This record gives sequence, C-alpha cells and structure tokens, in this order.
Amino acid sequence: MKPIIEVRDLAKDYTMGDMIVHALRDVSLTISEGEFVAVMGPSGSGKSTFMNVVGCLDRPTRGQFLLHGQDVANMNDNELADIRNKYIGFVFQQFNLLPRTSALKNVELPLIYAGTRNRHEVAAKALERVGLGQRMHHKPNELSGGQQQRVAIARAIVTDPVVIFGDEPTGNLDSRTSEEIMALFQELNEQGKTIVLVTHEEEIAHHCKRIVRFRDGRVVNDDPVHDRIRATDVLASMPDADAVEYAPKTAAHA
Amino acid sequence: MRPWDSLESALRAIASNKLRSMLTMLGVVIGVGSVICMVGIGEGTKRKSIENIEIMGSNMLLVFPNWRRGGMSMGSEAGMQLRDDDIAALKREVPLIKEITGSVRRNGMAKFRSNTHSTQVYGAEPQVKYIRNMVKMVEGEWYDEEDEALARQVAVLGFTVWDELFHGENAVGSTVRINGQNFEVVGVVDYKGGSGMWNPDDQIYIPLKTAKTRLMGKTTLDMIQLQASRTDLMAITQQQVEDTLMKSRKSAMGEPLFRVMNQGEMIEQIQTQTRLLSILLAGIASVSLLVGGIGIMNIMLVSVTERTREIGLRKAIGAKRGTILSQFLLESVVMCLVGGILGILIGSASIFYIAGLFQVPPEINTAGVVTAFGFSAMVGLFFGIYPAMRASRLQPIEALRHE
Repeated sequence: MKPIIEVRDLAKDYTMGDMIVHALRDVSLTISEGEFVAVMGPSGSGKSTFMNVVGCLDRPTRGQFLLHGQDVANMNDNELADIRNKYIGFVFQQFNLLPRTSALKNVELPLIYAGTRNRHEVAAKALERVGLGQRMHHKPNELSGGQQQRVAIARAIVTDPVVIFGDEPTGNLDSRTSEEIMALFQELNEQGKTIVLVTHEEEIAHHCKRIVRFRDGRVVNDDPVHDRIRATDVLASMPDADAVEYAPKTAAHA
Repeated sequence: MRPWDSLESALRAIASNKLRSMLTMLGVVIGVGSVICMVGIGEGTKRKSIENIEIMGSNMLLVFPNWRRGGMSMGSEAGMQLRDDDIAALKREVPLIKEITGSVRRNGMAKFRSNTHSTQVYGAEPQVKYIRNMVKMVEGEWYDEEDEALARQVAVLGFTVWDELFHGENAVGSTVRINGQNFEVVGVVDYKGGSGMWNPDDQIYIPLKTAKTRLMGKTTLDMIQLQASRTDLMAITQQQVEDTLMKSRKSAMGEPLFRVMNQGEMIEQIQTQTRLLSILLAGIASVSLLVGGIGIMNIMLVSVTERTREIGLRKAIGAKRGTILSQFLLESVVMCLVGGILGILIGSASIFYIAGLFQVPPEINTAGVVTAFGFSAMVGLFFGIYPAMRASRLQPIEALRHE
C-alpha cells in the first residue's frame, strides 16, 4: 500500500516564556493508503500537536514529513493552504459550519477556494454520499448535531482528499449519533478513504483498524485493533432506530 | 477564488447581519449625504448669486466710493463722496457711455391701506431702467425726465413690493406711503427673479432728485451706475471712467477714492466667497464621512474577532492569506459603496428640500457625486485594510481554538 503520511524524527517545540515545551519528540510513523487510525493519549501527550502538524495546520520544528510523497515540512503558508485544500479533509468536534449558510453552500466552500467549476453538482453528490441528499438547503441551525457533522464530513470529502482528519468528531454527540457518524467513517474507509481520528474514547478508537498512543510527545504504543467494533452492528442492536436522526436539536449550533 | 465568488461571499456576510451592517453603513450614508448636500447647496448659492448679478443688466459698470482704501473714518470727508459733477464729468469725457445715473439708497417702510412692506427705496434717474434692464412692465410706465427735474413724488414698484402691497391688483394711480410721505404709483416692473440684498424685485424706484431732496436729505451719491455702449469695449470704457475720475477723486497719496467694478469682477468676487463657503461646508461634511469610516473600522474589527473560528476554518480548508484579506476588504468596500449610494440618494433628495428653504436653485454637482462615491470606496479600503490584515494573519490552529 502506498504511504500517505511518512514522518521521520518529527519534533515540535513551543517556547512559553523562558521554557521550551517539547510537544513532539522524534516521532516516526507511517500511515498508508486505506488505513483507519485512531490517535490516542492523555491531554498534553502531543496527539493534537501531531494532528496539527500532519494536518498541515502547523509546521514541525525538526524532522521529515512527506504527505502523499511531497515534502511539506518546509512549505510556506500559501503552499500549505493549497495542500490542505487539495489533499486533506478536516472534521472538527465543533463542526465549524458557517452559520446562516445552507448545507450545500458549506460543502461548496473548499471547492470555491480550489476554483472548481460545476461546484453545485460535486457538493450535492458529497451530501448524498453522507445521506443528506434531502437536506441540502437547510441551514446548520435547522439540522441536528449528527446532521451537522455529516455536512462537515461531506465538506471534508468533497475535494476527494487523500486523507481525512477527525479531531474528536464525536465529542459533541450522544452515543447513538456518535455510532452513526462512526458508521459513516467506516463506510468511507471501506470505500478506500484513509482516515485519522484523534479521540480519547477507547470505544470510538476500537472502531478503527489501528491505534497509535502518545505520551509525553512520543509514540508509546502502535498496534492493530483485533476486536474491532462494527458501528452498523451496534446500531442494529439499539432501539428506535430512526427517532434521533431527524429530530433537530436547537442546542447544537456551530 | 474567482472575483464573483468573493463578491458573493461579501454580500452574504453583509446580509447575514442586516441590522449591524445597516447601522455601520449609516455613518457613511450620513457622511456622503452631507457632502453631496453641502456641495450642492454651495453650488446652488453660487449660481444664484451669479444670476443675480447677470439680471442686473448688461455692459454695466458700477462706481462706489472707495471705503476700503479710505477707511471708515474718512468716509464722510469731502472728496470721498461721489457727486453730481462726477456724472457731468463722465458724460463729457467718456463718449463710450450709453446711459449713466447716480443713485442713492435707503431702507424704507411702504404702506398701502393696511398692508405694509419693509423694502429698499432706490433713487435714480429714469434711465436706470435701461442700465438695469427693467423696461418690461406689469402695468404703467417709468417716471420721466420731467418727474425727475421737478422732483415729483412718484414711484415705480418692484414686483415683490407690488405683490405684497397690492396682492396683484391694479396699483397705478394709487398712493403709497413711503417713510411717512405720499407717493403716486406710476408703474410696476415685471418679475426679474432676483434674491438677496440686491433683489431688484424687492425695491421701490423713485426719481433721484426726489430721493435726495425730499426723502433722504442727501447731497451726495451712494453709487454711479453706467452702461457702456459696446460690450467689446468694456475694458476701455472702464479705463476711461477711472482716468476721468482720477482727475478729481484721488487722495493726497495719489490713490483713487473710488472703486469701479464691472460685472465680471463682481461675479469673480462672489465665486471666491462661495468657493470658500463650499470648501468649508464640504470640509465639515467630510468630518462626518471620516467618523463613518472609523465606525466601519470598528465594526470590521468586531466582526474579525467574532468570526475568528470562521477564519480558522476557511484557512483550514484552503483559504490563503490573500483570500481572507480580500474577503474582509471587499466586505468593507461593499458596505461603504452601498452606504455611498444611499448617501448620494438621500443627499440629493435633501438638496431639493434645503434648496426650497433657502430659495436657491437645487444643483446636483456631478463631479461632487462621483467624488463622494469614489471617496466612500476609499474610506472602505482605508478603514477596512487594518481589520482585514488582522484577519488574514490569524494562524489557523489558534483561530480554530478560539471560543
């Protein structure tokens, strides 16, 4: 399998006053095409820093980082913006949808920056893929939390990126909706998408194929998941399957 | 990102917070509106003043005592005042003069039955009707040489005076009281369309000799008015008038004690005065535009802070620094331009209203409109650049973490 993310001796230091914080210390890791990786660790372990660096939101202090074969460690802001636009899709805990803007327009946003033509069609297809074909013209405040996250996932996959990063994507959702979102991620992974999720929930991590554990800026554990949870099985065992899905939650604004 | 997408996104952002956008625009609306309105009023005043001079007559020269050079204290001294013999001298020495008359003026109260009207009484020989181009009559005729020579108590009314005293009814043959003396109305001059201090419509004309001897008790003249026979020889006529008067009317220092003005000079003088007025008014109005611009900057800064997460997200999904910069800049420019358009509409409308109040013709200055529009775009650019820079410099991770 082709490597998507290759990091060698990756380090990230922050200066806080007089102190230097070593957020990442010589991390070496390879994530290949088709993988579904959970990144875990307690807070301060460096998992978020790792995520920001491999997500091209931040630059490493030292080390080598190849994304899809391209050396991105030394790119400037504008080049990184292009990389994020073309190769990476993000899903956040807070959904981060533009308020007062329809689902379709939200999903179109990365395509606008890419300068894609026939944006409507491409964005509509992405929304159909996440099961929101009927709700394209709804605004975020008219959608439930699970639906908002689906819109965010549609926005992440609309540019057909090589990797999708999820930063606690189920952190704001109840257990049933979390399961639905995980089912969607598993489905996308089966279709060939490489997915990296940062999470602190063991149960969510066990939906993935591989778990990388961070502690004090180092990878301390990197194992495949043996007892993998299939979200569709869990959902089948849950009562009243459709009750939550279409009930809008007013509390869940982006 | 293509231009149309940027514009669409700017309009979307403005529309998504309508009340705030409108309040923000208000500063620019008022600023541009008042610039347009003030410049318009200034221009209207200028045009009206020039018209007032032009309806006075053509090829006209005015001779005044030179108060400015003589100083107020010398005003009453002999040699300063214009006299009848100056007119005789001018008639004799300057053949290019077609008509000439001395004149005296005084404020007066005119009364006909129970109607009173405060106006200006103007004593001049009958040829003043040619010099000031007041030949066209509503009724009656001008007083003649005989009335002048015998100092008869006859009067010709300006249109406004007639309207105030007689309410449009026949006046010729009636007797009006002017400052307590009876005058017989012999004619009413047709409407000239003047305004202000020298409004020819708001005057009563009486023979010069009557005015001097019976009404005002003056022996000297306030002013000499003359009409040159040829437009193309105005300059020479003026020169000859000055040369003639210099023989008798100069100070010990050899400076003229009189001042000759032609209409061109008067127009120039008015233009200088009103230009100053226009600049002053536009300057005051510009301050409100400046304040409006600061309002824009303030709101844009608030908006950048409020939308930090949005900016972080946009950057995370591929927006470059320049994209964010132009997005926020465009928002502020669009707001200013929309405000500018509203300001132009409101300003133009209020020109008509205020022009009515001040009785000046409404004048919408195209150059002023274009300048105000361009200026509001500049305000948007200038005051939008700092917030936009702040937005574009945000780091995506920090922006995304912002609560």
